[in-house]
Amino acid sequence: MASTRAYTYFPGCCMHGFARHCQDSLYAVFEDLGLELRVLPEWNCCGATTYMSVDEHQAFALAARNLALAEQIGLEILAPCTACFMILKKAQDYLARYPEIRAKVDRALSAIGLRYQGTARIYHPLEILLRDVGLKGLKARVKQPLRGLNVAPYYGCLIARPYALSNGVTLEAFDQFIPALGANLVDFELKAHCCGGSLTGTIEDVGRRLVYILLRQAKRAKADVMVTVCPLCQLNLEAHQGKIQRQYGEDVTIPIPYFTQLIGMALGLSDKSLALEKLLVPIRWQPVEKGAAAAQPATAA
Amino acid sequence: MSRVSFVRKVKYEKELQRDVAAEVIATPGGEKILSCLQCGTCGGACPLSVYMDHTPRRLIGMLREGFKQEVVESFAIWLCASCYECTVLCPAGIKVTDVMYALKRIAIHEGIYPRRFPIPVLAKEFMEMLKGTGRNNEFWLVLRVLLKTAPMKLLTSWPLGLRLWRRGRMCLIGSRIPKPAGADLRRMLEVLEHGNASDVKPSNVTPSQGPDLLPGGAVSRVNA
Amino acid sequence: MNGNGNKSVKIGVYVCHCGTNIAGKVDVKALAESAAGLPGVVVSREYKYMCSDPGQDLIVKDTKQFGLNRIVVASCSPHLHELTFRKTTANAGENPYLFHLVNIREHVSWVSDDPAAATEKAKALVKAAVARVFWHQELQPRRVPVNPSVLIVGGGIAGIHAALTLASAGKPVYLVERKPSIGGHMAQFDKTFPTLDCAACILTPKMTSVKQQPNIHLMTLAEVSEVSGFVGNFKVKVKRYPRYIDEAKCVGCGECIEMCVYKEGKYPNDFDLGLGKRKPIYMPFPQAVPPVPLIDPATCIEFKSHKCPKGCVEVCGDRDAIDFSQTVKEVELEVGTIIMATGFKTFEPRRLPQYGYGKFPNVYTSLEVERLVNASGPTLGQVVLRDGRRPEAIGILHCIGSRDENTNRYCSRVCCMYSLKLAHLLKEKTGAHVYNFYIDMRTPGKGFEEFYKRVLEDGVSFIRGKVAGVTTWAQSPAEEGKLILRVEDTLLGVVRRIPVDMVVLSVAMEAQADAENVRRLFNLGCSAEGWFLERHPKLAPVDTFTDGIFLAGCCQGPKDIPDTVAQAGAAAAQSMSLIDKGYVEMEPNTAWIEEELCSGCHVCVAMCPYTAIHFDADKKVAVLNEALCKGCGTCVAACPSGAAQQNLFRDEQLFAEVEGVLV
Repeated sequence: MASTRAYTYFPGCCMHGFARHCQDSLYAVFEDLGLELRVLPEWNCCGATTYMSVDEHQAFALAARNLALAEQIGLEILAPCTACFMILKKAQDYLARYPEIRAKVDRALSAIGLRYQGTARIYHPLEILLRDVGLKGLKARVKQPLRGLNVAPYYGCLIARPYALSNGVTLEAFDQFIPALGANLVDFELKAHCCGGSLTGTIEDVGRRLVYILLRQAKRAKADVMVTVCPLCQLNLEAHQGKIQRQYGEDVTIPIPYFTQLIGMALGLSDKSLALEKLLVPIRWQPVEKGAAAAQPATAA
Repeated sequence: MSRVSFVRKVKYEKELQRDVAAEVIATPGGEKILSCLQCGTCGGACPLSVYMDHTPRRLIGMLREGFKQEVVESFAIWLCASCYECTVLCPAGIKVTDVMYALKRIAIHEGIYPRRFPIPVLAKEFMEMLKGTGRNNEFWLVLRVLLKTAPMKLLTSWPLGLRLWRRGRMCLIGSRIPKPAGADLRRMLEVLEHGNASDVKPSNVTPSQGPDLLPGGAVSRVNA
Repeated sequence: MNGNGNKSVKIGVYVCHCGTNIAGKVDVKALAESAAGLPGVVVSREYKYMCSDPGQDLIVKDTKQFGLNRIVVASCSPHLHELTFRKTTANAGENPYLFHLVNIREHVSWVSDDPAAATEKAKALVKAAVARVFWHQELQPRRVPVNPSVLIVGGGIAGIHAALTLASAGKPVYLVERKPSIGGHMAQFDKTFPTLDCAACILTPKMTSVKQQPNIHLMTLAEVSEVSGFVGNFKVKVKRYPRYIDEAKCVGCGECIEMCVYKEGKYPNDFDLGLGKRKPIYMPFPQAVPPVPLIDPATCIEFKSHKCPKGCVEVCGDRDAIDFSQTVKEVELEVGTIIMATGFKTFEPRRLPQYGYGKFPNVYTSLEVERLVNASGPTLGQVVLRDGRRPEAIGILHCIGSRDENTNRYCSRVCCMYSLKLAHLLKEKTGAHVYNFYIDMRTPGKGFEEFYKRVLEDGVSFIRGKVAGVTTWAQSPAEEGKLILRVEDTLLGVVRRIPVDMVVLSVAMEAQADAENVRRLFNLGCSAEGWFLERHPKLAPVDTFTDGIFLAGCCQGPKDIPDTVAQAGAAAAQSMSLIDKGYVEMEPNTAWIEEELCSGCHVCVAMCPYTAIHFDADKKVAVLNEALCKGCGTCVAACPSGAAQQNLFRDEQLFAEVEGVLV
């Protein structure tokens, strides 16, 4: 694309750890589409869903510091982790709504020479793709249509609730990126049903049961892959497939690509640049000639 | 049935602590619990309610009536995965997820949770790691939590770790915030600790029996 | 009459305690004492209830004893007691307009927490009133005749009942209905709670009476487009939309419908909420009144291509009732009173996507189910799902769009009862197991609780808990192909998953979508939810803040049929009481123009909304017709030379009042 649009990129902690492949593919796709990601310098952890359990004001301050830093730059913020996305938005909402939180956070920020104004605009990369590239734009850039691939969209909780939808963006609008890539959109009713979040690591039985519900339903809906927009959902859904299979005696093997990996595949980007080899459940997609149907489902992890 | 045991279940007014509701009401997002109709939308919507000893609805009902012991000791507050389903649907406009956070804070502050229970330990370790590096490294976080709660689990968890490590998805040397910025961050968090210690009325909840979670024991408290 | 200096002014001030309503905040003793020292005040008292007989007697006695000729009462809102004390003043032998009321309850004690500040404010207001009343003059109220014709807007059960009541008392009635037939929502219902009489059986005789009653002029496919005038003398414009069939010529034989090129209905029928199909020429429903078909130009081939063989025209033959050339017409009516009976709309459940309405075909609204169980409905009373199956389990979900901060906060009042009725009918017709999911059961009417008992005894399940969502993902073979309801059974304390074949959403009642426009058109008050505002929630439940306009039925708020009919009767009675009195007394607040001061600038002539001012070309001054003046004050404010003046709002009076408050 001729003109380059730039965004402030808020990676979030997991992009340096278990979600490295999400970041790799995000960079690859954005670069290919002529969109520039500029990492927010000196960003800190947003507090995740955990910090709030200990101290709410500090949790809001953690988010607010990032927002204040981003406000200095002025570009739109792009947060590919839906927890970061939701927490930054929630902080913004509460700082506007509750003056007592605002006063405390303002004081803490001013102690380190920062000022929070509440002007930052926070987006998930999927929103940006649909807005700035658009379905038509995306379609036009597809080099390798994912013909015959049945894709179940899975968004998890934090992009669906409670903030994203209030912008008038619906999950059904999000879904449309899948047919734009030439793939078949699977009607997946549980697209915003909880995957258990960190419970898979703390109360495993319960966490796995939630993952099982999703995997089983995706299989029943005849999905070949389940695409996610949240790095933690992505890990949860793919990391426990073996244990779930043993526990429930049911084949739940299904590749869980991050959405930019799927988009990158259709854009014809290399497997390496999309870090496809980093997936625990490999996605084996062979481009098929026009007219030939049927994807090749992946085998065991 | 060989033996029948009779358990008295009466609740006396003198056992109740109504101030616990006031504490939650003072929390942003908790102010609407007084308009709860007990319709159960939260319990019906919650993906985890089937595992809970008390559904969110019951917790709110008990909060209103001052069943502090039952509420704070409830296992349910630790099951909440903050999916916000209840918050979005609640016909009374209660931000149920925030109420759950408030209850977790009260429980952590008062040290009321099962020994070696991973979630409060996770929260505490998470917080300490953040103060150190400004960012979170899941490898060290998980390791520290497991060592403190269930060292034996390291044995069952290593295969997943290995799989991630092989694929370059495990980072042993975590990404950290640059040093001066890290000092800033700690300074910012300190301001809130001291700020809270000085200008927040002490709560009349019984004093903490558990470990102090923040240096100096200054845990931020909601306004009573 | 305009002078003031002929007689020395003697003012009496009376401060009311209103029990503790005022005295609880305002220091009434201090207030009365401070008033005693004001210029012109001869006597100043405080008393527990000024509106009581002994309170009023105080004024009468004092007037005789001290020769009072001005009275100030500091009490409640003029809405409540201005008239009372004007009469007292008249009883004391003085002109009733030599009185002024100060509102120290709604404007002071009820809205203040600070007794000292409240007392200060009350003193200032009383001082202003004393200064103002000094300039009051003797005035005579005006009498205006009342036109005996009544306009009723909306032809549901409320409008029908009010129309029949008035017409049988000999009053001419214009009944204006937007739809092609009268009958409203009640015509769509199957049975009515709690007696289970058939809605059509009790409604259609009344609909037919409307047609037969010579005093009722029925206008269907019509909307009020303009309202002007005032109580007793409204002028109303009504737009009549074309039916394309001449009501005067048609006998309702229905042969035209038979002969339409469409052999089967093709387009969704409004009356059946799209569950049934109709042709481009159709009767909304068999018992429609007027019993005249209509043509929908959007679907009729003749309108679309002019190439239709027009079987309808041919079969109508010499009767020649079909007229494709009809256009929108506007008629002008003169009426004395107006009854609003514009009804409600049902809540759009797509606003709550968790219930799957519009996504899962077997999720219905309660109104759709009324049509489904109705013998003249689209399935002839057979309860079958959209795929032809008979339901084996049915869930009825209460409070959809009611008692919910995300939609409407209010309780719609009728849903519990109609849900019970539907539970009974569905169980009777299908043998299915029926579940009711409720938050609170509300059955406070006559025979309602007994009906609840009856449905309990039917074996219907009652689960106290609001269903969180409707899904189709099955966890077990028993859930396969079903709609699954997840709910917390709050009484039993368990979370349940209940598979059903049919979901009925008991949708809320909401104000009509265009209530805001209608409100403006008729100059009515409106609550935040869009319901028209009654003058007083207890004591004037069918009056509005616009004299001569009354409310009936659900346009004022959700209510059931008995309450609607009762309110319609009350509205008719209020209307009749005005008509039979024959005149209304108007405030003597008309304006006049001082000829010597008028510069002839024409500003007032153009601005008067009632065309009460014309320009006298000979004298080159504006002349005001007092009979047409409504006392709006526009000319007074606009007049650059101060020539326009208004009774009760004269410059001296207003300046004195302002000075009294400020100085």
